[in-house]
Amino acid sequence: MEKDLSQKDNYLDMDLLRFTTAGSVDDGKSTLIGRLLYDSKNIFEDQIKAVEESSRRRGDDNMNLALLTDGLKAEREQGITIDVAYRYFATPKRKFIIADTPGHIQYTRNMVTGASTANLAIILVDARKGIVEQTCRHAFIANLLRIQHVIVAINKMDLVDFSEDAYEEIVEEFKSFSSRLDNLIDVTFIPISALHGDNVVDKSENIDWYSGPTLLYQLETVYIGSDHNHVKARFPVQWVIRPHSDEHHDFRGYAGRVAGGVFKPGDEVQVLPSGFTSKIDSIHTADGKLSEAFAPVSCSILLEDEIDISRGDMIVKSNNPPERSQDIEAMLCWFSDKKMMIRGKYVLRHTSKEIKAIVTDLQYKININTLRKVEDDKEFGLNEIGRACIRTSSPIFYDSYNDNRNTGSFVLIDEQTNETVAAGMIS
Amino acid sequence: MSSYRINHLDQLESEALFVLREVAAQFDNPVMLFSGGKDSIVMAHLAFKAFHPARLPFPLLHVDTGHNFSETIEYRDQFVSEIGARLVIALVQDSIDRGRVVEEDGPLASRNSLQTVTLLDALEDGQYDSAIGGGRRDEEKARAKERFFSHRDGFGQWDPKNQRPELWNIFNGRKNHGEHFRVFPLSNWTEMDIWQYIRREKIEIPSLYFSHDREVFERSGTLIAVSDHVHLQENEHVKTMRVRFRTIGDATCTGAIESESDTLDQIIAEVAAAHQTERGTREDDRRTETSMEDRKKEGYF
Repeated sequence: MEKDLSQKDNYLDMDLLRFTTAGSVDDGKSTLIGRLLYDSKNIFEDQIKAVEESSRRRGDDNMNLALLTDGLKAEREQGITIDVAYRYFATPKRKFIIADTPGHIQYTRNMVTGASTANLAIILVDARKGIVEQTCRHAFIANLLRIQHVIVAINKMDLVDFSEDAYEEIVEEFKSFSSRLDNLIDVTFIPISALHGDNVVDKSENIDWYSGPTLLYQLETVYIGSDHNHVKARFPVQWVIRPHSDEHHDFRGYAGRVAGGVFKPGDEVQVLPSGFTSKIDSIHTADGKLSEAFAPVSCSILLEDEIDISRGDMIVKSNNPPERSQDIEAMLCWFSDKKMMIRGKYVLRHTSKEIKAIVTDLQYKININTLRKVEDDKEFGLNEIGRACIRTSSPIFYDSYNDNRNTGSFVLIDEQTNETVAAGMIS
Repeated sequence: MSSYRINHLDQLESEALFVLREVAAQFDNPVMLFSGGKDSIVMAHLAFKAFHPARLPFPLLHVDTGHNFSETIEYRDQFVSEIGARLVIALVQDSIDRGRVVEEDGPLASRNSLQTVTLLDALEDGQYDSAIGGGRRDEEKARAKERFFSHRDGFGQWDPKNQRPELWNIFNGRKNHGEHFRVFPLSNWTEMDIWQYIRREKIEIPSLYFSHDREVFERSGTLIAVSDHVHLQENEHVKTMRVRFRTIGDATCTGAIESESDTLDQIIAEVAAAHQTERGTREDDRRTETSMEDRKKEGYF
């Protein structure tokens, strides 16, 4: 029995798009998400009722759409968003996962977290203020985490009389400063008013000079098919399936999720770090065998030869091996109140492997408001981003983050507290 | 030539299998919570797939309030034997008998809040270091910020301010002795995804989810089923209606909805057109605006 992954069954067969939004209290991010959910009819009556009641209690005149997305008690009390909240909505074309993050500099780590799984980023600009420090920061983070698709939503157009000149000026300014951000390969500018709904779901009558897509239309149609690396085959082994039953006596499946490239039965493969080679016998799932497996499919690979393989090993194709080194350079974002210790020991978690590591040097930090390098300051703390050198206790097998998000990313963990203290993107 | 594309259900399935295998690999003694509701059925089905053709490397744990619909228990026992899993049952009644909790009094009494103590006791008795739950982020606003790997301190408490960041698909399950984790493989699923997946996978679910005739009465806008476990108040009148359940929890606080839907396709159409969130029928969530967050901090799922 073979399973066909391209089966079509109308509404059971939708695309999934993950996007992130960053914004602070006053640029209308929560209102925008509320508007998106409300106008695309993804809000339920009991939610609307609850928001109407809260709005009234707070003394807001209109229904405050921002209240739909502000989650925790402390946040509602203080009127701020302090974490990453995930929201879900669907249209007949796509299902969406929103990673909703705060926008202030003290929440850089939350923005980085939200961006790490996103295909697309919405960057909000206040039409009255134009490009400000925060815009640069959000664009920089999208670029750093390699989000290839960006929507620059120029919001509050109603407060600048829906002026085309104001819009054009912001577009030009954004283009000029972002020309250095190479990973942003697809940038769309959309003039909107989240408060009144212009160009969010429905086309604005007030902005007749704009002929581009609405925000929702762009989210529904942006092409994300090429976001995974389908060239370099990578399969980190998570778990070895050995049933020990009479029926499946000799079954030995290496379970994992394809991290890049395409695997097929008969392919010549190499197992790292041992370097042994074999051929793929079959690719197993509970629904039958697969004729091919590509990212991000979870499956089990069975090899023709009996080789000793365990969690943390990686199956690759011999013609296109990953980098191998004990010394890596990476962009780090620091997540902890406790500053980074140069020469300090950490646990490094990379794909399914955990290994000891030492940070040997901090080459530079980046001032993420000006995007300038700071080279003479070795203090590296919460929310800072910089380039570091790391030595691992044995070699790791990796690709650059720009080549593959799965095999080019890692986290650092504090051995004493078990806290995740940094996210790393290998250069 | 393949387009190397997989649809939303396959992506969610693949993610859940990945998370379940991480749990098996990172923890010494995991357990999967199983209520007999649709989310836990889907979750156990995914676990069956994640380790196929081997058996599940962890048992299923049912925290039994004793206030169940009888259909749930019949279904549970059959399902568990079909996927070849080991079942552990923790009874709220035992916690009451041992004096660990005191049964709520009065006509609106519910054992819902007592479950937390029974659950924490069962986790301690079994020395489980991680408990896999079917919680979804779309269910309730406090859950929107829940992690896949959610750290609990030595008292089983959730601290929303002290959660580990989760980037890409890297999960950090390291912990000190006495601490444990809750893991939510269905974090990114919505109610609609669950129903679509049940239909696509042809998973059998308890008959309670389909339209049937049942004796019910109305209590603060919710239709509650008549059973030995609820006490009618003076102004409450029993009538037989055509209903089904959107969620299956404790029989005393899970509301039914009027419905003619008796196939999965009809249920999916009904969910798509619904005007109320599914937890809108749960009495326990409506006690205060932040009731879910308050219960979660104490260790509720």
